[in-house]
Amino acid sequence: MDAMQPPAAVTPSEPWRRRLVRSLLYGRNVDRRAKAAARVGLVILVFSLVYTVIAVRLIIFGVTSDPHGPRRINTQDRVATARPDILDRNGEILATDVIVPSLFGEPRKIIDVDEAVELLTAVMPDLDSREMRDRLSSQKGFVWLKREISPKQMREIHRLGIPSIGFLNENKRIYPNGPTVSHLIGHVNIDNQGIAGIEKWLDSRGLAALHMAGFATDRLQKPVELAVDLRVEHALRDELIAARKKFKAQAAAGLITDVNTGEVVAMVSVPDYNPNNPGEALDPTRINRLTTGVYEMGSTFKLLTIGMGLDSGKVTLASSFDARSSLRYGRFNISDYHAQRRILTVPEIFTYSSNIGTARIALAMGVEHHQWYLKKMGQLDRLRTELPESAEPLVPKRWKEINTVTIAFGHGLSVAPLQAVMGISALMNGGLLVPPTFLKRTPDEAAKLAKRVVKPETSEMMRYLMRLNAEKGTAAKANVTGYYIGGKTGTSEKVINGRYSKTKLLNSFTAVLPADKPRYLILIMLDEPQAIPGTHGYATSGWNAVPTGGKVIARIAPLLGVAPRFDLPTADKLILASARGNR
Amino acid sequence: MVSRTERTTFGEWWWTVDKMMLAALAALMLAGTVLSLAASPPVAARIGLDPFHFVNRHILFLAPAIAVLIGTSFLTPHHIRRVSLIVFILSLALVGAAILFGAEIKGARRWIVILGLNIQPSEFLKPAFVVLIAWLFGESARRPEMPANTIALALLGLVVPLLVLQPDFGQTMLIALVWGALFFMAGMRMIWVMGLAGVAAAGLAGAYFTVSHVTKRINRFLDPATGDSFNITIALESFSRGGWFGQGPGEGTVKRVLPEAHTDFVFAVAAEEFGVVLCLTLLALVAFVVIRALAKAMHNEEPFVRFAASGLAMLFGMQAAINMAVNLHLIPAKGMTFPFVSYGGSSMISMAFGMGMLLALTRERPRAEQLASQDAALAGSPA
Repeated sequence: MDAMQPPAAVTPSEPWRRRLVRSLLYGRNVDRRAKAAARVGLVILVFSLVYTVIAVRLIIFGVTSDPHGPRRINTQDRVATARPDILDRNGEILATDVIVPSLFGEPRKIIDVDEAVELLTAVMPDLDSREMRDRLSSQKGFVWLKREISPKQMREIHRLGIPSIGFLNENKRIYPNGPTVSHLIGHVNIDNQGIAGIEKWLDSRGLAALHMAGFATDRLQKPVELAVDLRVEHALRDELIAARKKFKAQAAAGLITDVNTGEVVAMVSVPDYNPNNPGEALDPTRINRLTTGVYEMGSTFKLLTIGMGLDSGKVTLASSFDARSSLRYGRFNISDYHAQRRILTVPEIFTYSSNIGTARIALAMGVEHHQWYLKKMGQLDRLRTELPESAEPLVPKRWKEINTVTIAFGHGLSVAPLQAVMGISALMNGGLLVPPTFLKRTPDEAAKLAKRVVKPETSEMMRYLMRLNAEKGTAAKANVTGYYIGGKTGTSEKVINGRYSKTKLLNSFTAVLPADKPRYLILIMLDEPQAIPGTHGYATSGWNAVPTGGKVIARIAPLLGVAPRFDLPTADKLILASARGNR
Repeated sequence: MVSRTERTTFGEWWWTVDKMMLAALAALMLAGTVLSLAASPPVAARIGLDPFHFVNRHILFLAPAIAVLIGTSFLTPHHIRRVSLIVFILSLALVGAAILFGAEIKGARRWIVILGLNIQPSEFLKPAFVVLIAWLFGESARRPEMPANTIALALLGLVVPLLVLQPDFGQTMLIALVWGALFFMAGMRMIWVMGLAGVAAAGLAGAYFTVSHVTKRINRFLDPATGDSFNITIALESFSRGGWFGQGPGEGTVKRVLPEAHTDFVFAVAAEEFGVVLCLTLLALVAFVVIRALAKAMHNEEPFVRFAASGLAMLFGMQAAINMAVNLHLIPAKGMTFPFVSYGGSSMISMAFGMGMLLALTRERPRAEQLASQDAALAGSPA
């Protein structure tokens, strides 16, 4: 190496104490120069390692960076994200998203809270300055200051240049048709989460999970097509509002369904609300009476009872029942509104809407059969549709003979009107029970879901009765020329303080369009309509619900593509003859 | 061009100095100037100064810094020892004076005003201290009869309390680390390395349990939710926003809210505006200087030169590493400037002094000259 000896190995004259310290510190007989070189090498290694760690960390930032994204938000506050558009059956937009800015603050980063509050309230005087100050003084990473501000406000605030105040684009749900489809599609909250109607159903179908994961941000989501027809919906609502006003009713509701597919083509319950202003929905008078409310459907239910009798084969159209005197059950006295006081045939029972006759048919079938039949028709269980709002039927806890008697003509069992419509549709469409839907459904899909509940011949006979009733019964006022409708009225007395009231009525009208080849079922309900000068003091269904139904049908039939046909033979010739022919 | 035929002082310097290292240092200074333009105007504006206050001063300090760097690099090892001794004694006195008479700024007495200039004497203490310690360990290897180890320990014992009194834990830690590393290089047995590591760990633990702001900082590092981690959160955000190539010059937003954007967090500002690529370049420059200096030290046979060069390189390298690691949230927050890039006159000139000495020590010297200087040093020894 060189001419010299390594110094550490020499110096024998060194005092023993120092030699001890040295050997303790550095070890005995070590070439400290070589050792030092090796240790410098070790230090190089350590530095290389440290710099590699730093470089790796930098590279990770390079790979995971988000240069275009907004500033980091450490918050559980969900940013309102995109929802799919909702379309009607013809592709008209019922609900869509528009992008609006929202104002937020980052309290941990804010420099001067007072200054920020002062400047913000100067631009937006409606902000509560104390609340602003509280929010901005919190220790949170992120707070909303004002959701959904206008572009003008955004520009003005941006120009203030307050640090740690920022904007996030949010999706605001817009319902261009206002209240027309309100109960049907429901509405969303400020975070664009569905809280009612179809909107809530969308969330329950995984949209909420998508939101949580942050994936529902694009506009590529497939629009949701509903069964509703916006034009029909509008016509129905228009007529119902007019009828509610004319007859001074508390509420009016209408339902139009496709009897073959179960699709709800229109559903209106007025008073309704504007989903763009969801606060209105909190008013209890604005509930959706067709799915959320349950009612004693009154005479409408006689359809189900007579259908039960005809389907059993024990009762035919020629059978007759004694309606000479009222039926007495304990303290109940069942009488007829249009009392004939004679023996009535089944068509007569239907057209005169005889309570006594219907009760006797039900009694002839027996309590158990009645229960089994109503269960089969879906009247005893909660009907679940896409709408999250549904009500359970009020079924008597102990079902005795008297219950069968009253339920036969629609009292003592409360069901949701949509549920009754489902059962009646089965009697009209050839005997198939199809669960109703608010989504578009093809006939094939409906056929897979359909369940046979009555014979096709029973359905023919029921349609004959419906048509007969429109030709010369209680539904004659709805007989719109050319559409061959069939109908059944219902007038039920509402229960007020546990007693049936003679003056507070719930009127309904059920119509099938057309009666020979059924396509649509129409239900009109009026809650507590009043007698008006034009109705000769009457407030029964035939004077208000039926003419309303007639007007609705006259307006919607062309929209639904039902061609008018004139000079058709009467029900006994057209429907009954074909029924016999089929047999 | 500098002629090889005539032996001028400058010519000799030009042909022996490590021009690559000089270039790397110049690149760092250039980067510092550019980043000063990016990072410091918002800070100046925020505290009500002329926007280019810090930029002007940064460039103003650059002139003496370059002069000190070049000037020092002309020194011989012999002169380096002398200059360091003088600087050490002077700055030690000034550190003491700062503690006694200095104004308290941000809770610490580190600054003293001399001839209208605000000086942080502890910055100058560092390189001088490192050189002296290297000298002592070098002597201990060559002349065991000298109580060099004892003096080295005594110097550490003198400097550490002064820095703790300021208080300045960052510098204390840095100095203790370099001292330990030099001791380690001097050939200390592994058992003592472990012992020293144990003492350091105990010291850190002691600081954690007794000094409240150290406790807070470490807690905050382990769980950012426990306290105000504003600076770190913002710094990390800027790396994330910057990506590979940055938002572009002047497009940064983080510098507007970071209080130390021009000093301790200039690395984060660089990341946001110029991207990770520039950060990696800065890192590469630092690593180049450190590893090249250490490699040269490894191959140098003379103990003093080896230890002093290693010590100065480690001082530089550790300071940069701590700064970057804090910016990247790899270690708890600790105020430490990025050499030549961060704003700060004392820091820049002392760093220039240190790196000037490093350049001087790593100059190519003829072997005969080395041996001569060794012989001169050994003249008094009983060999």
